[in-house]
Amino acid sequence: MTKRVLTVDDSKTMLQMLQFALKQGGFEVIQGENGQEGLDLLEANTVDVIITDINMPVMDGITFIKELRKKPKNKATPVLILTTESSQSKKEEGRSAGATGWIVKPFDPGKLLEVIRKVSP
Amino acid sequence: MDDLAQFKQTFFSECEELLGDLEGHLMALQAGEGDNGTLNAVFRAIHSIKGGAGAFGFERLVAFAHIFETVLDLMRDGRLEPTPDSVLLVLHCADILSDLVKAAQNGTELSPGHENDGRKSLIDLAASIGVDADPNAADAALAALDAQLAGGGGLDDEPEPVVAAAPEPEPEAAPAAPAKAPLLKYVVKFEPRDALYQRANEPLILIRELRELGGFLAKADAEAVPSLDQIQPEGAYIKWEFEIETDRGEQAIRDVFEFVLDDCLLEVTCLNPPAPTAAAKPAAEPKPAAAEAPKAEAPKAEAAPAVAPAAAPKTETPKPAAATPKAEAGGGGGGGGETKAARSIRVDLDRVDKLVNMVGELVITHAMIAQQTEHLHADQHPELANGLAELSHHIRDLQESVMAMRAQPVKSVFARLPRLVRELAMMTNKKIRLDMSGENTEIDKTVIEQLGDPLTHMIRNSCDHGIETPDDRTAAGKPPEGVIHVSADQRGGRIVIEITDDGRGINREKVMKKAIEKKLVAPDAVLSNEEIDNLIFLPGFSTADTVSNISGRGVGMDVVRQNIQSLGGRVHIQSRPGQGSSFILTLPLTLAVLDGMVLKVGVQSYILPLANIVESLRPEKDQINVVANQSELLRIRGEYVPLVYLHRIFKVPKGIDDPTKALVIIVEMEDSSKMGLVVDEIIGQQQVVIKSLEENFDPIRGVGAATILGNGRVSLILDVAGIKHIAEHESQQRPPRLAAPAA
Repeated sequence: MTKRVLTVDDSKTMLQMLQFALKQGGFEVIQGENGQEGLDLLEANTVDVIITDINMPVMDGITFIKELRKKPKNKATPVLILTTESSQSKKEEGRSAGATGWIVKPFDPGKLLEVIRKVSP
Repeated sequence: MDDLAQFKQTFFSECEELLGDLEGHLMALQAGEGDNGTLNAVFRAIHSIKGGAGAFGFERLVAFAHIFETVLDLMRDGRLEPTPDSVLLVLHCADILSDLVKAAQNGTELSPGHENDGRKSLIDLAASIGVDADPNAADAALAALDAQLAGGGGLDDEPEPVVAAAPEPEPEAAPAAPAKAPLLKYVVKFEPRDALYQRANEPLILIRELRELGGFLAKADAEAVPSLDQIQPEGAYIKWEFEIETDRGEQAIRDVFEFVLDDCLLEVTCLNPPAPTAAAKPAAEPKPAAAEAPKAEAPKAEAAPAVAPAAAPKTETPKPAAATPKAEAGGGGGGGGETKAARSIRVDLDRVDKLVNMVGELVITHAMIAQQTEHLHADQHPELANGLAELSHHIRDLQESVMAMRAQPVKSVFARLPRLVRELAMMTNKKIRLDMSGENTEIDKTVIEQLGDPLTHMIRNSCDHGIETPDDRTAAGKPPEGVIHVSADQRGGRIVIEITDDGRGINREKVMKKAIEKKLVAPDAVLSNEEIDNLIFLPGFSTADTVSNISGRGVGMDVVRQNIQSLGGRVHIQSRPGQGSSFILTLPLTLAVLDGMVLKVGVQSYILPLANIVESLRPEKDQINVVANQSELLRIRGEYVPLVYLHRIFKVPKGIDDPTKALVIIVEMEDSSKMGLVVDEIIGQQQVVIKSLEENFDPIRGVGAATILGNGRVSLILDVAGIKHIAEHESQQRPPRLAAPAA
């Protein structure tokens, strides 16, 4: 079974780059542009990994993670946050919301897949 | 990274969008209308630009965006108050950022200090509340980041590595110190807490990663596992002890646990530490987790029976086969998984234009068929008639859809204006606020593209000549801040754009004097206020006392008018002395088709744009009055309208010379003046495809374009303003005044 990754980011560039990198790794990709879209997509899909940006309009990444973790179906789904910050605060915020790990931008496809391997069986 | 370089173009077009939106948000902030949402949006825009720029290695852009973002973050947190000054700084920095983006896009390099003043002001601003947004710090962080990406060590001031993917276990990192690294034996104690499972981390994966490092022995302590009915799905019951023999170093081991460091107790002990000489690495850091470990149940650890790690305390069975995603690449690489439907696609403009053209031809072909079948009786060929009627309906729908594809909101043009006004206000030391409305009104792309220059010029004119200095305004009893309102609106088949200022209005005495001086008007001419106002559109007219570098040398307004006219539009000005002026611009929705009336004049037929027609009538003799200068006026409901014989204008033989036997079509110009066109007859209403003449001919006054009629013949499309001009100048007389007494 092909594994499916949900990517949520308000930047089309980032979505495209993620998609490109993930497809290279053999993943199937679905995309949302903000937390709300992410939640809607999770309603209709089962995914193996979630990758989300933090700063987004409509619903930010932190709220998105908190909301998705409320659903039993998503409790065990690894969530990786995308962050450019080298500061700890965003990572901490993400972690306390329930994020599994993080990906620091900029990333290259190899690194991205490596991080995913760390959280997804 | 090169793989991702293919997304550069996406990044730049996204930057363009972001910067466009940014402008709007910043204007709202400047107007004091911004709220936290606005600040957030501004922050996000800069953040996204920084993120993308980082991905493509535009370091200069990243460095500046980073400081910018830091200050914006302080603003949205409420730590920095968005004062007028700080908003101005943000605007300035947005401009700098935009320059940097452009430079990155064009592959050019800006002058070295280009961003320095903005950068310094940002740092000072942050420093004013004691925050250090120091560029050197940012550079250091960036450098450290780069170093990490290249497989280097962690940041000194960071308790854990910034980059998620552990650098050291990577093969490419290994050659840095190839054979030198000694094989060391470590004991790793790992005790997850509940939180680890709650964040969907998985010990099994970590254990597998750990095993990659080298010789491996795992012991699990399952003592704490309660009976089945007591088990909490996310409870942490099992702890592990691993023995690892590896040459990768302690940091590599800790990196495996990167995501879970705070959710477990982790103790890494080296059993055979190398001699101090070999300890070049600073990795011999104090072990934070180790301090807590003793008070946990360290003694019990050894007592546990060895359990295979596969028997990890997971409630669900892991799928070992799924470990390597690449193994399954074959099945699912296709796009079938993308459930999110694309909401837009990019299409080459040439293709759309080709489509527009073909639809145009389709309209003509349909008209031909319709004309050919006209003589057939509908009741004899009911299906043909119905079919044709339906076809006509569909073609019109198709045409509208295609036109809509070319239509774009005027927003893209309007977006440039705030900056323009801001700059002009600064240059002229005036206070000017720009209001905009109707930005979502859609016009044909070509019109939009050519609208920029005239619009810019009119705004310049309003700022330079219209709005007064704050002192003058105060003296005139107005608020010191002048307002320019730009609006777009669709009225009927046309788009109306108005640029209204609340400045001093047109000084008619001065304009008149100038016009007489320049011999543009006869010294004894009597002009209405509106006519005086519109003198400013005459070639070579300028009232500015001194030539300013803003509005130029008076080559402006006539060029504006020409540009607008070449788009099939009109422009005129309305002014109230002391209260301000309005430029009113009307433009066609599309340049491709036109609803027209086919007219017969002598042996010729012409198309008159429907938008100009008010009514048509056959006048009675007593409605026609001849005034002293031989011009004829048609009296219609108390109003006097000059008559213009179309066949005389175009010198067409055999036109009807007697209005009471011909037809008079009352047309209205954009400046609301009217004229009665005398024609032989009206053939019918028709939608025509506009074929430009200007590609092959010089402009012909009175003729806007041409079209092909249903019978295959070429017909000229009339330009009523041009006809009026000819009529007025052929007679070498001013047209009769409306107020002139009827003879």
